[in-house]
Amino acid sequence: MSFRRHTLFWALLAAGVSSAFAARTDVTIGMVLEPPNLDPTGGAAAAIDEVVYANVFEGLTRFGPDGSVLPGLAESWTVSDDGMTYTFALHSGVAFHDGEAFTADDVAFSLDRARADDSTNAQKALFANIDTVEVIDDTTVNIHLLEPSGNLPFNLAWGDAVMVDAASADSLATAPVGTGPFRFERWVQGDRVEIVRNDNYWGEPVALEKASFRFISEPTAAFSAMMAGDVDAFPNFPAPENIPQFEADPRFNAIVGSTEGETILAMNNASPPLDNVLVRRAIAHAIDRSAIIDGAMFGFGTPIGTHFAPHHPDYVDLTEDSAFDPEAAKALLEEAGVEELTLSLKLPPPSYARRGGEIIASQLREVGINTDIENLEWAQWLEQVFKGKDFDLTIVSHTEPMDIGIYARPDYYFQYDNPVFQAIIEKLATETDAADRSTLLNAAQEMIAGDQVNAYLFQLAKTGVASVGLTGLWANSPTQANDLTGVSWEE
Amino acid sequence: MSYALRRLTSLLVTLVVASVVVFVVVEVVPGDPASYMLGLNASPDTVQALRTELGLDQTGVARWFDWVSGMLVGDFGVSYTYRTDVASMVVDRIAVSVPLALLALMLAVLIAFPAGLVAASRRGGVADTGVMGFTQIGIAIPNFWFAMLLVLVFSVHLRWFPSGGFPGWEAGLWPALKALTLPAIALALPQAAILARVLRSSLLDTLGEDYIRTARAKGLSSRAALWKHALRNAMIPVLTIVGLQFSFLLAGAIIIENVFYLPGLGRLVFQAITSRDLVVVESVVMLLVFAVVLVTYLVDLAYAWVDPRLRR
Repeated sequence: MSFRRHTLFWALLAAGVSSAFAARTDVTIGMVLEPPNLDPTGGAAAAIDEVVYANVFEGLTRFGPDGSVLPGLAESWTVSDDGMTYTFALHSGVAFHDGEAFTADDVAFSLDRARADDSTNAQKALFANIDTVEVIDDTTVNIHLLEPSGNLPFNLAWGDAVMVDAASADSLATAPVGTGPFRFERWVQGDRVEIVRNDNYWGEPVALEKASFRFISEPTAAFSAMMAGDVDAFPNFPAPENIPQFEADPRFNAIVGSTEGETILAMNNASPPLDNVLVRRAIAHAIDRSAIIDGAMFGFGTPIGTHFAPHHPDYVDLTEDSAFDPEAAKALLEEAGVEELTLSLKLPPPSYARRGGEIIASQLREVGINTDIENLEWAQWLEQVFKGKDFDLTIVSHTEPMDIGIYARPDYYFQYDNPVFQAIIEKLATETDAADRSTLLNAAQEMIAGDQVNAYLFQLAKTGVASVGLTGLWANSPTQANDLTGVSWEE
Repeated sequence: MSYALRRLTSLLVTLVVASVVVFVVVEVVPGDPASYMLGLNASPDTVQALRTELGLDQTGVARWFDWVSGMLVGDFGVSYTYRTDVASMVVDRIAVSVPLALLALMLAVLIAFPAGLVAASRRGGVADTGVMGFTQIGIAIPNFWFAMLLVLVFSVHLRWFPSGGFPGWEAGLWPALKALTLPAIALALPQAAILARVLRSSLLDTLGEDYIRTARAKGLSSRAALWKHALRNAMIPVLTIVGLQFSFLLAGAIIIENVFYLPGLGRLVFQAITSRDLVVVESVVMLLVFAVVLVTYLVDLAYAWVDPRLRR
């Protein structure tokens, strides 16, 4: 023990000495997954946005740390009275990292590229309601919609809607060129991505001069990298079980917040006997959410009763409707006339699914439901479960913000087909009044909970860790990003 | 010379057969790279557009032909997920994997030869028992566990070496070597243990041969007999093992690469399999097959060098 105290003393001394001179202006951020490429408009991998969102690329609007929609490259915007046309006023004097000026033409180019027929944008639905993009002058652009909508500023805040330049659009995957406060420097594939401060940035200059993202997938390696000081922060630390250890160490701060990830036990609503709402409700009552949160996530996570983020102002707490009640579950199964039930439970790789799956299997056994657990890789899961719909139960976290609309897609993998719900979502798309939107969102949440489409488990927590002195990292993740614009070292 | 040619022909045949096997095996694995890349919210049209862009809508035979004919002129194709040349990616990874494998093999040989020689020459003595005991431990300890132990002591506590990562050779020879030191030690230990045991038993076998007894009868000291006659004759099994070990270290360092988050070939293949980046998997596996076949060929030539009877 004295050995450890000894090294700690020297570490603290060294830290004290260096901070006596000047605050550091570089940071090394640890990430579990390496982005496959660096083009946020051409892939769904969260790791892409975790490197480039708000750092390298910017959109007309952007998400703030609390999930609110803030102005980005657009200074302000107005909506026409009929809700069909948005007019965006752009910042002037903005340039891409290669020196090209950013103007309204680039807005038209970026949005038309994202919604083109041969576009490979992973979130093409965000742009489905755009009719035309009209350039008025260099700093004014009108976006005409097909139907009135209040969602446009929110949709344009996604990483998939960032502004790109025609000259560099084809090589963004390996040489990203944006308008952000950081410029892409280099990518040592398999090891790290480095970005440096953009000295010609149009907005508030950032404190950091240099940032590198290192990719460490092994939880034990991530732990040693933090402990050895090779990495300054790990915003999504891969092993929640280590967080208390970091909390107890004076060199580190634990940063625990919430994400947009609704973690659900998804059920195949088209496959008997899961097409029977009684059976689905029985399964929901058989599950003890707190046991899963404690057992699989080491206490990190907020129970949910519907497919909606608890930190959202319109969230309705419906957890009581599907509270843990094995007796009720057995009664429901009896009412449905189901006995000797065996269901497949297909689990993708994340630990919430693998660990959570074991716990759920044992909870279901208590009420007389047997499960066949099958562990799948992501590619297999996408093929079998997501595309092939060949499953009874699966566990997955839906990490996109405000994604309750997936329940209006009857061919979506859990196959919920309810015209009343689809009408609500359709109405929501065109509703611009805040109070009415709230009412619709509440109704939507209650309907999928009432139909018990899936068993709703918990909102995935963001468990991060940072060296003491590093401030400005997001605690929550309203979108998957490591926004470094406000990050600095305390002197 | 005909021996060398014979071996070369079998090398080429192996490569062609391997290319077919690798392609078929990789292609039949379920999973679509396009849907992996686009995630849960993408519409089927978008997935189809990406499949077309990646050339995945062509038939398997056409893609095999494209792949093999490309490889012959040094074009390994473009990675689906990384969107860069597979060749340049592989070159980057080789710059980590090959030096790491060589370093580990060098360490293993440096440890194994003295240990094996001492153990064989003092059979049953304290040194022999000690070497046998240590090699037993070396084989029994899983190398990832040993790696974690090294990190704990030399990175977390002493801070002599980084806990992982690779700065790149352009950062300078010393930082790069420093990054490879702990992984090389972790890889070398079990290999050294195996090699020492093989060398010892191979030496003991040859030491029991008639020609050694004859040499000793002619008045050679036991040390001279060991160096001049036994060692050379004991080399064939040792060379075989060294050849296998190099191939293993090149391709099989994946666990160590994960523990030290090194951007090596093993991790590249691992990531590529996860994301169904078939072009990368096929090309890297082919390259590894080529490396293994080549090393085997070189070992075959080395046999001929140590054993003139094989040259016929």
